[in-house]
Amino acid sequence: MTIKKAAAPRSPVTPRLVEPTAWRHVDLEVNGSTVSTEVESRLLLSDFLRERLALTGTHVGCEQGACGACTVLLDGRAVRSCLTLAAACTGREVRTIEGLAEDSLHPVQQAFHDHHGLQCGFCTPGFVMSITELHEREEPVSEDELMDQLCGNICRCTGYRGIERAARQSVRVATEGGADDE
Amino acid sequence: MKPAPFDYVMATSVADVVNHLAEDEREVKVLAGGQSLVPVLNMRLARPQVLVDITRVPDLQTIELTPDGELRIGAAVRQTDALEHPLVRRDWPAVVSAIRHIGHPQIRNSGTVCGSLAHADSSAELPAVAVLLDARIQVVSPRGSREVRAADFFLGTFTTDLAPDELVTAVHFPPSPAGTRHDVSEFTQRRGDFATVGVATRVARRADLLSECRAVFFGVGGTPVRVPTVEDVLVGSDPTTADWAAVATLLAEALSPPTDVHASAELRLELAATLLQRSILSAWELC
Repeated sequence: MTIKKAAAPRSPVTPRLVEPTAWRHVDLEVNGSTVSTEVESRLLLSDFLRERLALTGTHVGCEQGACGACTVLLDGRAVRSCLTLAAACTGREVRTIEGLAEDSLHPVQQAFHDHHGLQCGFCTPGFVMSITELHEREEPVSEDELMDQLCGNICRCTGYRGIERAARQSVRVATEGGADDE
Repeated sequence: MKPAPFDYVMATSVADVVNHLAEDEREVKVLAGGQSLVPVLNMRLARPQVLVDITRVPDLQTIELTPDGELRIGAAVRQTDALEHPLVRRDWPAVVSAIRHIGHPQIRNSGTVCGSLAHADSSAELPAVAVLLDARIQVVSPRGSREVRAADFFLGTFTTDLAPDELVTAVHFPPSPAGTRHDVSEFTQRRGDFATVGVATRVARRADLLSECRAVFFGVGGTPVRVPTVEDVLVGSDPTTADWAAVATLLAEALSPPTDVHASAELRLELAATLLQRSILSAWELC
């Protein structure tokens, strides 16, 4: 981009180009696709996904790790994408809400549909990704672990009952005594 | 809510990190899990010029048992990895309890054990457990390496004994004496929040009396706090019939917790006394 300055500026404040300071090369996998590009060092993973890859299903709420709306899976683990630098993700595998459904809804998404687990929908992608981490775990999770995981996301519509039911449908929760139910 | 510009370096070795800390003339900050640092950057409470990411340094990624039987957790080890490690689960229950109280699983999936120690938040669990277990923090700089006892490491809120050019490489947790039991209890407004007040305890039982009693409070001052007068009065007592009102009085004499938007000093003192009793009785029941 270039800027051609006016011969007689009408304002003492004229446009100037600010060059991004430090850029880093990243190679990462996003929802199965290989992405190879340059990112500004300070770019957050959440903004990289939304603004560079047009994956706007990952929502940005508090940008300080409190709300969980930006949760994605990084190498299979649920993390805050607003507290992760895009530059730090080279060589890693990211999954977002867009990477779940194939021909039909993903089982966690279907569970949200079945149990009316969403109202306004803002928190939903974060909740779905948090629950997907547990859904994909081979061993059953404890009641405590399930509640801990759900507490990592906030729903300001306060529709927690439906979300909890959806989680119970899609996660194998260990019952007292060691047996587990689906 | 975006960080101010900085340069980012993915370090490949401890020497690489030390070199950046020592030689780079810009303001350098070490980045591990980023769960405390990145919020601070997003809010622009800090504007370092260079971040050196240590999470890919192989020497910092291990959890191991040293020849002395100590647990060594490297500086890049995530809290989740420590929580799930069979050795930690078997022999360091206080570390497990502390980590379970940290934020949410989604935070612990990135946050590191040593990062919590280096950050030194006064409401954090791991610094208190490090003091409880006589942990030692391994530090390296161009001047060589040194070891700091946890009790000497924490100097105040967000303040440690680390010099600007020093890097935490690992924490060593010694094995607990035979027969000791642990508990970590805290009060939070909502599950996963920062603790308003908390306490980590270690006890041992002999002839139905407390033969050892150690308690480290967090959220009551700038650093983890031990109260020797309380520990001394509890040793030799039966915690199920102890005079807890007298203990609360001793605590009130020793602690001077802050008043802030979350809680008054009075409430913090009351929580400290209640949590201490609860925590010691929980550990006692495991004896």
